[in-house]
Amino acid sequence: MFDNFPLWPAAASSHAFWEDTLYIFLAVVCVVMTLLIFTVVAVFATKYRRRHGREATQIEGSLLLEIGWTVIPLGIMMVMFVGGAVLYFHMRTPPRDAAEVYVVAKQWMWKLQHTEGQSEINELHVPVGRDVRLIMTSQDVIHSFYVPAFRVKMDVVPGRYTTMWFRPIKAGTYHLFCAQYCGTMHSGMIGQVVVMEPNDYQAWMSGGPVAGSLAQNGQALFQQLGCSTCHRFDVQGRGPNLVGLFGKPVQLEDGRTVIADEDYVRESIVNSQAKVVSGFKPIMPIFQGQVSDEQLNALVAYVKSLSQAPAGQAGTPALAPAGTQPQSTK
Amino acid sequence: MSDSPLVSDAQLDVEHHDRPELRHHFADVEQQRNAASLGMWWFLGTEIMFFGGMFCAYLIYRRWYFPEFASASRSLDLFVGSFNTVVLICSSLTVAQAVRAAQLGNRKLQVRMLLLTLVFGLAFLGIKSYEWGNKYKEHHIPTFDYNVISGEGDLIKGNEHLLGIDKVQNDPVKLRARKAEIQQHTKIFYSLYFALTGMHAIHMIVGVGIFICITWMAHKGRFTPEYHTPLEIAGLYWHFVDIVWIYLFPLLYLIDRKPTI
Amino acid sequence: MATLAVSEERKNYINAEYGIRSWLFTTDHKRIALLYLLSITAFFFIGGFAALLIRLELLTPAGDLLSADAYNKAFTMHGQVMVFFFLIPSIPAVLGNFLIPIMIGAKDLAFPRINLISWYIYIIAGILYIHCLVTGGVDTGWTFYPTFSTQFSNTKVIEAGLAIFISGFSSILTGLNFVVTVHRMRAPGMTWSRLPLFVWSHYATSIIMLLGTPVIAITLVLVVLERALNLGIFDPTRGGDPVLFQHLFWFYSHPAVYIMILPSMAVISEIVPCFSRKRVFGYNFVAISSIAIAAIGFVVWAHHMFVAGISLYSAIVFSFLSFLVAVPSAVKVFNWTATMYKGSVSFSTPMLYAFGFIGLFTIGGLTGLFLATLGVDVHVHDTYFVIAHFHYVMVGGAVMGYLGGMHFWWPKISGKMYPEGWGRLAALIVFIGFNLTFFPQFILGYLGMPRRYWQYPPEYQVLNVLSTAGATILAVGYLLPMVYLLWSLRYGKPAEDNPWKATGLEWTTSSPPPTFNFDETPVVTQEAYDYENMPLPEEVTLER
Repeated sequence: MFDNFPLWPAAASSHAFWEDTLYIFLAVVCVVMTLLIFTVVAVFATKYRRRHGREATQIEGSLLLEIGWTVIPLGIMMVMFVGGAVLYFHMRTPPRDAAEVYVVAKQWMWKLQHTEGQSEINELHVPVGRDVRLIMTSQDVIHSFYVPAFRVKMDVVPGRYTTMWFRPIKAGTYHLFCAQYCGTMHSGMIGQVVVMEPNDYQAWMSGGPVAGSLAQNGQALFQQLGCSTCHRFDVQGRGPNLVGLFGKPVQLEDGRTVIADEDYVRESIVNSQAKVVSGFKPIMPIFQGQVSDEQLNALVAYVKSLSQAPAGQAGTPALAPAGTQPQSTK
Repeated sequence: MSDSPLVSDAQLDVEHHDRPELRHHFADVEQQRNAASLGMWWFLGTEIMFFGGMFCAYLIYRRWYFPEFASASRSLDLFVGSFNTVVLICSSLTVAQAVRAAQLGNRKLQVRMLLLTLVFGLAFLGIKSYEWGNKYKEHHIPTFDYNVISGEGDLIKGNEHLLGIDKVQNDPVKLRARKAEIQQHTKIFYSLYFALTGMHAIHMIVGVGIFICITWMAHKGRFTPEYHTPLEIAGLYWHFVDIVWIYLFPLLYLIDRKPTI
Repeated sequence: MATLAVSEERKNYINAEYGIRSWLFTTDHKRIALLYLLSITAFFFIGGFAALLIRLELLTPAGDLLSADAYNKAFTMHGQVMVFFFLIPSIPAVLGNFLIPIMIGAKDLAFPRINLISWYIYIIAGILYIHCLVTGGVDTGWTFYPTFSTQFSNTKVIEAGLAIFISGFSSILTGLNFVVTVHRMRAPGMTWSRLPLFVWSHYATSIIMLLGTPVIAITLVLVVLERALNLGIFDPTRGGDPVLFQHLFWFYSHPAVYIMILPSMAVISEIVPCFSRKRVFGYNFVAISSIAIAAIGFVVWAHHMFVAGISLYSAIVFSFLSFLVAVPSAVKVFNWTATMYKGSVSFSTPMLYAFGFIGLFTIGGLTGLFLATLGVDVHVHDTYFVIAHFHYVMVGGAVMGYLGGMHFWWPKISGKMYPEGWGRLAALIVFIGFNLTFFPQFILGYLGMPRRYWQYPPEYQVLNVLSTAGATILAVGYLLPMVYLLWSLRYGKPAEDNPWKATGLEWTTSSPPPTFNFDETPVVTQEAYDYENMPLPEEVTLER
């Protein structure tokens, strides 16, 4: 519990500094005001506490004081207002040449699309020092794209685009949260923003899976969604080994035998309870509502690819999860 | 604000005894009347805020979807709507006459005017039901086979220019998209139309209920020149419901009645 | 002290009539106040139970106590119950109902039967809501945002919406009663400038109730219709706008927070002068501040929507106005503080709650400035910072005011004194528990922990554990008064007419008052808070 006990968020964007400065200014004013009130109340309560023989002095008021403590707080507040408004104006005015990333939010995941072609799910890779503008919409309910380390947030609304921008200044991995309550897995609609040094970013951009290879997208999803935890390729996991599965007959718990075709794979993902494989427990989570149609297609393509000969057909090589040796099974 | 003059409790007891309609916590009938009246005015203020929310939604969507709102508005029966407006205004007239009759102490006239008010009020509701029946037949009621792009409730015919149909006539994809939009945006008009007139009708029904009681009370001779507070404040309520309609009518029926080009 | 045979036989509003019918069909504003007291306390327990579930779940980062759906229902119902069924009625329906007629020298409110009807409406709404709760609950968050509430939620949104819609009428009728009463029922000599500030504050509250509540009523109607009939008014795929809902919702819900705090300020305005033995410093300014809060409070609603996609320029306008609304609240705090200057201050239980209020409301109000500051709000909106802020004002402010008021007027309402020692202890426990619960949440919020999170990243755990620890202490602090106040009904020392030697017409009548409040209609000739001519009370000792 005590390993990691931060009291201040990382500051990783160009305007985090200004935000923090404004915040600290407000905090100082508030602490001073609070201490002032606490102290004055404490002093008055003690100095003028009930004592025999000492009567209260009736005072009606003081116009001077009233004006004073109306105008002075108003003045301080105007400073706060201007500071906040200037920063907000800056935050809502993206620089003209910012790189654009399209964001589609849906219950309960983030889909991001770089203009260079990269697609990401729940993760956003960006290079240090470059302005990035997000153009966001939602497929269902209102969400909110929030990166505390960047001090930015903007609601993501269905039916229209909202935008926000930032410039990362420090490499690292930072939380991405959904900040507008959106249903059951609102608190699971999280991910990370990975800020990389420009060179690393270039490497990532060119080396990673290219959008368009469905099976490769499926492979990434297979990892992300935790499928590989149970469907292992090296040892017997809690779920059936999927290598060589596609196209073969499968014996189910209830005695039926079905062929592992596209529909079977798809159904097993969205409603695993429907057809439980003989010898396995019905513990696979139900992904209904958590994966989109495109993702299902990618996963099906991936599972399909696990049954292809290692040489593979052009364009769809057999893919194994990184770091494991595929074992051929009948 | 009237501070009631110094009245001894002995005097108060006498007044309460003579005036059974005076409730015990009021000092005199005047105070009771003022309180009731102020209460009704404030209540009407809350009703303004209540309808206000819907008016606000209406104004925003009308600005966004003017062509669709205008064409949907044209589908409302102007003659029937206007006639209904006159009926309602007449009912307010008879209410005012009833109050005047009470002020003059004329029981028969009171009852006659109140009965006429009820007749007008029920006529309004009846005519409204007729209008809604027509809307149902034209498939203009959301959720009940709603359809404005074909059939009996076709809004496009005669409004092609207003709705921009003439511009996309030749492109089937764009035409289909525009028709879908028209279907959706007019549905918002009708949703608000039924919400607004429905809410108004509910208030009318409550008003009719109240006035049935008031008519009965008048018939029993409960209202005198000195005391006719329930009649007065019920009248205020009725006038308010009338005024709401006077706002609703032009906003809903008269959006754009220029002859179609 | 031996009970006097005379006072025992003396008729008051409690022993005037016996039997359940005499309570359920009463039109006596004091009895209706007690009916409300029982009902809102019941809802406080329900809302508190939901809070308990939330804080227990948040002890660990993983969602291991409740399912995600159950948790979402818990925080929704905590919010709805606490806002609509506890805080909004609390002080007005209990203390306001009880005291306003007496404070202005009247025999009852202007419309006693409407007063009773408002309680029945509240009960009907409450029963409907509880039914919703036990048959599945609702998980939209208390804010009901579409399109989740209108299309995607699978819970009983319509029922919950209708229940709250109905409860709104209770609020409207209470407000109506208060406004007309203050205008028309004042005793001879009770001019506006002689009104206790309690009445001024409740007057301002009532204006907000009257003008604001109907807007949420119609908004809920539209949500219910949309959900039931699939209309599309708030559905962007059909031309509607979900942000329109937010405008309509917050148009009421922002002034609603002033409905919740103004009555508490009303209580403080009575307690501080009494326990400083001085008139309130700057009476006129405090009175006008109440009205200013109500008025300006109506034009700041979109500060809840700075990142909702509203235009930059409207955000700037709303930010500016939001700073303005802070000024009258600050003015009140300064005036209460100045009231203690050269006073004769005693540390009785109500005064301890008043101290707590002043301190915690100051923090709460100041942290509101962070939220009004556009640039900062972008970061802390929808995080625990907001939760901490509003609990500071609502619990540290409103609830402490409520408890202070209950203690201050307990002798008047019940005719018994509560045990002072326990009272002070409970006040202290509440103060400590409260701060421990909610101060860590400011830090959590700036760190970035969003609201309404069933599970959270592990680095937030320490602060969450602190918060839950505080909540258990706070719970004890709340339970104590319930125990000893009930105890005092039977075993408490009988109260005199004016045990605190306070000014105000309510203290000139017996404790408890007779059904018609006064044996003779009072005639007012003094200004309010005329403590110059008041003797000191007996030393308030720590008796059992």
